Amino acid sequence: MTTSQAFDENVVIHKLKHYLPSQAPLKDFVHHNTLHAFQEQKFERGIRHASKSFGYKVSLSLSEYRTLFEKGKIKEEILERRIYERHQLSELLHWKHKVLNKIYSEEIPRKIGKIRALWKSKYHFDIDSVVHTNLFRILNSYLDQGISDVKFPIHNGSLISSIDYLEENTYVSLFKTKRARLLLKNFELGMKPLLEILVGNERYFEQYLIDQQFSHPGWSGLISEIELHPNSLLDTRSIQLKELVFLELVLEIDNLDHALGNSWQALGTIVDFDPIDILKDEEFTELDEVLTIWQEAYEWTYYDEVLAGVQQHDPPTSNPARPSFQAFFCIDDRECSVRRYIEKEDARAQTYSTPGHYGIDAFYQPLKGSFYTKICPVPVQPKYLIREVGIESHHKHQYSYIKPVQSFFKGWIITQTIGFWSAISLMFSILRPRLSNITSHSFEHMNRYSSLTVENRSPNHKIDHLQVGYNLKEMTDRVEAVLRSCGLQENFAPLVYIFGHGASSTNNTHYAAYDCGACSGRPGSVNSRSFCTMANHPEVREQLALRGLIIPKDTEFIGGLHDTTRDEFMFYDVGALSPENEKLHNLNVVKFERALKNNAKERSRRFATINTSKSAKKIHKKIKERSVSLFEPRPELNHATNTLCIIGRNGLNQNLFLDRRAFLNSYNYEIDRDGQFLIGIVNAAGPVCGGINLEYYFSRVDNEKLGAGSKLPHNVMGLIGVANGFEGDLRPGLPLQMIEAHNPLRLLMIIEHFPEVVLKVIQNNEHTYEWFKNEWVILAAINPETNEIEVFRDGRFFPYKTLTTEIPVIKDLSKLIESTDQDLPVFKLH
Amino acid sequence: MTSILSLFIIIPLVGFVISVIIPKQNESLISKVAFYTSGIQLLLALSFTVFWCFAGMPNVNIKKFTLYKSDHYEFFIDFFCDNISIVFLLMGALLTFLIANYSRFYLHREEGFKRFYNTILFFYLGYNITIFSGNFETLFMGWEVLGISSFLLIAYYRDRYLPVKNAFKVFSVYRIGDMAMILAMWMSHHIWHHNITFSELANAEVVYETVHQHSFEALFVAITIFIAATVKSAQFPFSSWLPRAMEGPTPSSAIFYSSLSVHIGVFVLLRTYPLWESQILVRVFIIAMGLLTAFMASRASKVQSSIKSQIAYSSVAQIGIIFIEIALGLEWLALLHFAGNAFLRTYQLLVSPSVVTFLIREQFFNPKISKTDVKRSKWANSLYVLSLKEWNLDSYLFHYLWKPFKTTGKKLNIIPNKLLLGILLALFALGCFAYSNSALFSHETQVLLPYIFSFIGLILVLKSFVERIHIRRSWLLIASNHAWIAMAISLNERFGFEHVALYLSGISIATVLGILVINNLIKKEPSVDLNSFYGHVYEYPGLAFLFLLACLSMSGFPITFTFLGVDLIFSHIHQDQLVLVCILSVSFILSGLSIIRIYARLFMGPHVKSYHSVSHRSA
Repeated sequence: MTTSQAFDENVVIHKLKHYLPSQAPLKDFVHHNTLHAFQEQKFERGIRHASKSFGYKVSLSLSEYRTLFEKGKIKEEILERRIYERHQLSELLHWKHKVLNKIYSEEIPRKIGKIRALWKSKYHFDIDSVVHTNLFRILNSYLDQGISDVKFPIHNGSLISSIDYLEENTYVSLFKTKRARLLLKNFELGMKPLLEILVGNERYFEQYLIDQQFSHPGWSGLISEIELHPNSLLDTRSIQLKELVFLELVLEIDNLDHALGNSWQALGTIVDFDPIDILKDEEFTELDEVLTIWQEAYEWTYYDEVLAGVQQHDPPTSNPARPSFQAFFCIDDRECSVRRYIEKEDARAQTYSTPGHYGIDAFYQPLKGSFYTKICPVPVQPKYLIREVGIESHHKHQYSYIKPVQSFFKGWIITQTIGFWSAISLMFSILRPRLSNITSHSFEHMNRYSSLTVENRSPNHKIDHLQVGYNLKEMTDRVEAVLRSCGLQENFAPLVYIFGHGASSTNNTHYAAYDCGACSGRPGSVNSRSFCTMANHPEVREQLALRGLIIPKDTEFIGGLHDTTRDEFMFYDVGALSPENEKLHNLNVVKFERALKNNAKERSRRFATINTSKSAKKIHKKIKERSVSLFEPRPELNHATNTLCIIGRNGLNQNLFLDRRAFLNSYNYEIDRDGQFLIGIVNAAGPVCGGINLEYYFSRVDNEKLGAGSKLPHNVMGLIGVANGFEGDLRPGLPLQMIEAHNPLRLLMIIEHFPEVVLKVIQNNEHTYEWFKNEWVILAAINPETNEIEVFRDGRFFPYKTLTTEIPVIKDLSKLIESTDQDLPVFKLH
Repeated sequence: MTSILSLFIIIPLVGFVISVIIPKQNESLISKVAFYTSGIQLLLALSFTVFWCFAGMPNVNIKKFTLYKSDHYEFFIDFFCDNISIVFLLMGALLTFLIANYSRFYLHREEGFKRFYNTILFFYLGYNITIFSGNFETLFMGWEVLGISSFLLIAYYRDRYLPVKNAFKVFSVYRIGDMAMILAMWMSHHIWHHNITFSELANAEVVYETVHQHSFEALFVAITIFIAATVKSAQFPFSSWLPRAMEGPTPSSAIFYSSLSVHIGVFVLLRTYPLWESQILVRVFIIAMGLLTAFMASRASKVQSSIKSQIAYSSVAQIGIIFIEIALGLEWLALLHFAGNAFLRTYQLLVSPSVVTFLIREQFFNPKISKTDVKRSKWANSLYVLSLKEWNLDSYLFHYLWKPFKTTGKKLNIIPNKLLLGILLALFALGCFAYSNSALFSHETQVLLPYIFSFIGLILVLKSFVERIHIRRSWLLIASNHAWIAMAISLNERFGFEHVALYLSGISIATVLGILVINNLIKKEPSVDLNSFYGHVYEYPGLAFLFLLACLSMSGFPITFTFLGVDLIFSHIHQDQLVLVCILSVSFILSGLSIIRIYARLFMGPHVKSYHSVSHRSA
């Protein structure tokens, strides 16, 4: 804050929007870098800056690192290597002592809250505890999406004018004093007059506002997000952060007047310190350096193993025989083990990974749905619409007693009748959980018996400016792009499976976070099915052949959905298969079943309530139960183990046990020498995987401030967010139960290509480049011809020599899985 | 039959004690203890009910044992069982069993897993004592256990600010109920001249006669009982505590605040029905208040935009109707309604996170888009605003109940402490002198002295309540209040010294223990005071536990003899000394608050040290 400059409220609002947590309403929960505001700085600097400005904890604590070191999870030689890469060799011992033994105070000094604390210290008035309850209540009532029965009267499409309208038309005011009621009318004068009253001295205005808004970052963040994307609410509202600030200032004056009468004056007259620039970066301390060394040593202890493993991969075998089938999955880290098990079930099968929207950039409208749902990555603005048509309505209005019944006569009848019924359903849901209307079930995203309008009938067929379906060229483009980017352009199997993925859970407010990120937090069934419709289209095949991509006549694509919570597959349009392929498919289904059961078993080692040594079949049953249990706060662990992103040919990691920690993206450099496909892949995978990874990272290291805390006391606010109890601030970030299994390591992206090509590719897009340049994602390139590894640092590639030489070989995977619930090192599978 | 009845208390007690002993890390054993405790209790309750039905649904009374007896006073524990107890027993056993199982998975890996189960079992113990109590004294024991376990469960997330603030808020409202209960006990001593048992109330003729002989006293008892019930069941004007109590893990909110705990008021009214049955005025009053609550709460629930508070207010509204049913004498209907309401609210709270899935799907397929610029009448808007502000109940409670005390307390700070200490010492000496040389004082003076001394006690509590800096001073002020009360009552009625000794026994232990803990804490953390929350339980859980014990004994919780002493002290106040009894009640309420305030400030709230993840104050 430059104190000499005059106060400009738009500048401050702009700053606030930049730094506030940007989390969408619950239904659109999508992972992103929690500290995106600091991304223009290098990771190690940016996170410390955030810490000093806002008091966040941004890494593990010294004692945690030191314990990891003692347990051997951080290797000594790696630690030393990190030290002498950052310091002179002569200072190694000096720094090593600091890192290992020196005692530091890890207290994070507070800048936030300083100025408004004066209300309490000078006037003994706890301003937040009076204002927040009312403020949140008004905001929540205004934005509510369906909890309350009597709605806030909305007037003129803005918060302030709605309140003003309500005030005009009531005998009881929302405010306590007359002055506040009058001040509310002056919204167009801005916040300056209000700040004059509260703060007085202009030099403190900015500090006061940042202080105020960061006393409830959850609500402020959500509102600046809704201001930006009003359509993220089904029942749309327009609201501005400016209105929130204005309202809060009025409420503050109101309550001060009410509680203190005339005996208070503006803070500027009693403040005894100079304005503090909250956003200013502070000095990078020795402790910061020590923590940075630890974090890097922690990361590289694992990276080093992985890089060694990747480097020692088997030479690619040319498989002349036609594969039995090919299966595509999303790059999602949860799909990495299921691919392994499928390949284990059938040595002739080939699996691939690519972002799970399969190039379908569209909105989806389910049958009888009143809205469109985006089913492609969040930044994409779709021009297409896919509609579900055909079958009879499957979404009936369900009568439910989940929502409390209010009118008291009706309530009186209902408590005495349905009340007892609820006892029975409660007993059942505790003793024998099963699918019900409160489960969010991935298979329900689209009905398997319906059909989709994938193909565009005429260019004029548009709804709300969206083209319904794709024309021939558009379909061909999409099919070609996916197949080529994965490196599949010949040797097609008779059956090619395209799997989307989704998750199922009950009693889970964050259900949207569990579905496919590439489909904007929805299950990927519409995408996989639409893609298959295109790829099976005879004319598309012809067009593809013209472009040199020849798919044999007998090859058929089957769309499917993998439920990652329940480990179940759903297949679409199986009836359309040729009789031969249908036979083959039935054989494959058996293999899939076994693979899924084994996958469930591997997942189960992370769940303390399942005994992993039981048979895969029994475990699978237990795993399915988790998704429908009311009392299961961890239906699945989502991305809790993510650490890696590998972009390259299958051979790179096929024989490595990576413990479900990797996002995989199939890619063959040979058909993309200049990296054209790679640009698309990196532009998608970098921010998406990086965002997921960093959201987990920050929610893990500071679960209270950057995460959502334990989900057990969460209360649903207006269907848009969760808060603790009755009057808490909204809690952005991930709840404790999602991140406790996570080890906070940055994402390591490994790309199989020549470093100079990779460099060109990442520099293609400025926003993507920032992730790598500032090391919010660590990048390594493996030269496909020499197998040498180079690591991207400070804007260029450096050769990297792994310290790990030998990767242990694992014979009996199930023994290994049963042995521990902790992260496992890299193993070779043979 | 009587031996089985006592099992219903013993099983939860044993379960609670075992669960306290088990080490914190052993999750599965802790949950097993809870499973077996609630499971065995449930089986026993079911079989007992069958047995009891075949026996012709008799009323069973067990006079258990006498804790203290003097010539005019007897404190005994007594148990009683009838259809009301049976319904509450079954509900309690079933819901606790379900919740115990539910939480086994739900709370898995939660930091306070053990603490949660300890508190649940402790609550369960208190619940069973309450529903089987055969007299007011026993009821009050259970009642106190419920109160303190409520506080602990609301403040389960003790490292955050809001749970602690709200736990304190709820506790302070509960405290009013406690005092109302003590007053009811006090007055009924004077009506019946002994500790009346609930089985005696079955004798309608005697009750009718006595009530009409002492019509004012009986009215007093009825009203105080009603206040106690109103507080516990979150009825008007105390409704606003219920939504604020939803701070703990969802299952605990479900079992406490939507089903068992919040219906204790219903139980108390049912239990004491014979006492006020014949007072038409009281019944009309209860019906009116029930209607009022039902109306206000159902309006409030309609505008709530958070799911848990919506459930809370819906429940309050139904309880209002249950109160009406009781006042109309429809006992079985009330019991049925209680069971239905308890089940429904438990279910709704447990599935409350699902509303997002369910309602967003509803919204997607059957949208209810809010219309803009809808014209609503001025009255409708006023009703909306009032409901949104929860009829201002929360702020009124603060404004009219607590704020006057705070302001008075602050005003008292003008007197220099040294001067005050001097005056107090002189007065205390005067009191001692008066006690031993009563002949020297005129009758009028003697009558006045108890008032003066108890009033001084009250002033000291007020000072303790508003103390911001000195922890020890605040603590000692509370302790000295008890000395003044003892003095006042000794002057009020001549009685043996052992009553005073009994009363002060727990207090003195508590005072010493408290001081030791505070000294120790100040040595470690010199900057600590009473001005904000410090959250020191994070580093010193042992000290925090010791201090909690000290606080409990200081506030007359049934772990020391002070518990008896309080009842005893009140029995020495004559039935026409309403002012004296009021002074004493207020000072008991305030000292309880002041005690918990010290505990909360020192040990709860966001930890003052920021080297680990500490939540925002607003979170």
